[in-house]
Amino acid sequence: MIKFLTQFGHYFLLLKKVFSKPEKPYVYYKQTMHELVFLGLNSVGIITVISFFMGAVITLQTAYNTENPIYPTYLIGLGCRDSILLEFSSTITALILAGKVGSNIASELGTMRVTEQIDALETMGVNSASYLILPKIIATLLFNPILTLISISVGIFGGWIAGTSAGVITSEDFVYGIQYAFIPYYVTYAIIKTLFFAFVITSVSSFQGYFVEGGSLEVGQASTRAVVYSSVLILLLNVILTQLLLS
Amino acid sequence: MIRVIDLDKSFNNQLVLSNISVSFEPGKTNLVIGRSGSGKTVLLKSIVGLHEIDRGEIWYDDILFNKLDFKAKKEIRKEIGMLFQGSALFDSLSVEQNVKFPLDMFTDKNEEEKTDRVNFCLKRVNIINANKLLPSELSGGMKKRVAIARAISLNPKYLFCDEPNSGLDPITAILIDELIKELTEEYTMTTIVNTHDMNSVMKIGEKIIFLSDGVKCWEGSNKEILYSDCTILNDFVFANALAKQLKSSLK
Repeated sequence: MIKFLTQFGHYFLLLKKVFSKPEKPYVYYKQTMHELVFLGLNSVGIITVISFFMGAVITLQTAYNTENPIYPTYLIGLGCRDSILLEFSSTITALILAGKVGSNIASELGTMRVTEQIDALETMGVNSASYLILPKIIATLLFNPILTLISISVGIFGGWIAGTSAGVITSEDFVYGIQYAFIPYYVTYAIIKTLFFAFVITSVSSFQGYFVEGGSLEVGQASTRAVVYSSVLILLLNVILTQLLLS
Repeated sequence: MIRVIDLDKSFNNQLVLSNISVSFEPGKTNLVIGRSGSGKTVLLKSIVGLHEIDRGEIWYDDILFNKLDFKAKKEIRKEIGMLFQGSALFDSLSVEQNVKFPLDMFTDKNEEEKTDRVNFCLKRVNIINANKLLPSELSGGMKKRVAIARAISLNPKYLFCDEPNSGLDPITAILIDELIKELTEEYTMTTIVNTHDMNSVMKIGEKIIFLSDGVKCWEGSNKEILYSDCTILNDFVFANALAKQLKSSLK
């Protein structure tokens, strides 16, 4: 328990350092642009592929589980839309990014720590925590909502392709279903969740990487811890945010 | 000048440096020597403030460095250049960007001025036509030289080198030593070099501190080291058979 509280304290002290005033805003701006490409744009491919198949499977499973004449077929489209919008695009995307981006951040910072690159920054008088972590947090907070929107669009598109190709729903019914009783707040809800998840992924992974001691073995362990802790926190936050935002 | 007074440093209640008092003079190459694990790197990192010390004082000229807050320390650190054991070049930046980094962070120079300064520093350390290369594309000796170029890009008053020639062949090691000595004299920097390379000791050791188990055991110059009566020092300096023969011939 004491160890947990100590870690918790260190985490907040690190965040305090991260959110201190940047030395040279222009350098931070350049760094943020680099992270937007590295952490955001480079994740579009995997998010697109996963979302497409996710939407396809949701549609087919909804169709096979509601194979009953009393259910109108447009409900398949509606089910696909709400599942993707409410849960899959924000949460599953966050879990995937916790694996991809989280491990990337932890291993990058961990390697910088063990190869004394962070010490070099500190010796120069640079606030290493702020210089290295703040641009990553800003980049993910800016780009992850875009990834979620891409995931929603591609997921629904995947559902439409799968549903119509397998002959479980007509194109008209699917389009009617995804428009039926649409609540725009669900998009806001998905984006709010994404912002929280993005912050958790980046800050927790940075914390794990920044304080690595040892060598390559410890960097690997930190990377694993970053993914595990981020994923668990995402699932926990998912429950809390759902209760707070939808109740 | 850098002065260290009664410095103690421990990790997990284990004393690593005990009661170290020493002064490092400007324009001279000050060497800290000792066996692996003797506390050389801890001393260097304590002096630059990467480790909080348990007791003692660290003076940069007339400023008590270890009592300063982060912001005030930052001002001193802008005058520090440091060469790390593994070079510590930023992997994602090219040679040019690495050397330019301190200029980007701490000066208001325009791009042209910065590029001129980068090229001057790289030329000074004999790195030609490598501006666009990444650290992973450089040899060990080139990495050290680029790290030196980065360290001197802001014209530092203090230069710290942690084992600058570890992992280098003897000829490249001598070149690095000569470069450090030349730069120290050229810019009248206070230079502290950690090493256990005896070639460096003999070649550039104008002032030498010998550490053993975290305690300062001996202080002198490269000429005095040959005639020292300190047994632990002699065991370290004249470790191999050939050197032992040399020592007995000196007697």
